[in-house]
Amino acid sequence: MSRFLFTFLILFVAWLGFTTSLHPQELITGAVVSLIIAFVAFKTFTDFGLSFFHPQKIFNIIKFIAVFLVALIKSNFDVARRVVLPSLPINPGIVTYKTELKSDTAKVFLANAITLTPGTLSIDVIGDELFIHWIDVISTDPEVIFNEIGADFEKILKEIFE
Amino acid sequence: MILTYIGIFLVSVGVLFLFLGALGIVRMPDVYTRLQAGTKATTLGALGTIIGVGLIQPEWFWKTLIIAIFIAISNPISSHALARGSYKSGIKPFLKDDDGIDTYADVEDEEVDR
Repeated sequence: MSRFLFTFLILFVAWLGFTTSLHPQELITGAVVSLIIAFVAFKTFTDFGLSFFHPQKIFNIIKFIAVFLVALIKSNFDVARRVVLPSLPINPGIVTYKTELKSDTAKVFLANAITLTPGTLSIDVIGDELFIHWIDVISTDPEVIFNEIGADFEKILKEIFE
Repeated sequence: MILTYIGIFLVSVGVLFLFLGALGIVRMPDVYTRLQAGTKATTLGALGTIIGVGLIQPEWFWKTLIIAIFIAISNPISSHALARGSYKSGIKPFLKDDDGIDTYADVEDEEVDR
């Protein structure tokens, strides 16, 4: 039930964002559509339900978004620098990254975050190993790979999803 | 008024990064490095232009915010699918010298197909 309500709330908020109107017609249509979709999809949509709105989790989600945005901007300047420099300073390779996360959702967010952070692109996830295309391989030592690529996200995601 | 100027600034930054992304696609040596330039620069470029438009036209702001969230989630997924698809269809990554590292080459195909 709590999972159903959570799905409904997320869908309804998205609807409000798209229509940006509080007219009763819009609200009723949105509520009906959200109810139907939530009923069909709530089992695959979330594992947590309303416990996701716990203040500690919300705080961690905001922290994750902040860390992510900073990394995104840094990565863009990094790519811009590599593209613009005439010498094209790249040393690409594919490395294995071992994650400590257990839940699948957390791994999806980790892989997405890694793709959008400096110089890395996740290619595949098998079990607890992520295969990552790294545009500038500075080391093949697993420890260094872990700290350079995803240690920041890993900590926050562990608190959100586990 | 100040929102309009911030919006114009964001759109300009976004366009600049979109341009750099395109330049990266021309200059990079192989499909994976091109994806790197493509996904990163176009994500910030698209986010900048879309949210900038939302600030110039404040009544569109919530819509543009939702579109930006969808782009931030779906862009890395599509780049992952492209990279994995290219690898499985046999395109080897460009490596600078002979001792370049490619651990994905050791993964058996059956393992990948799970």
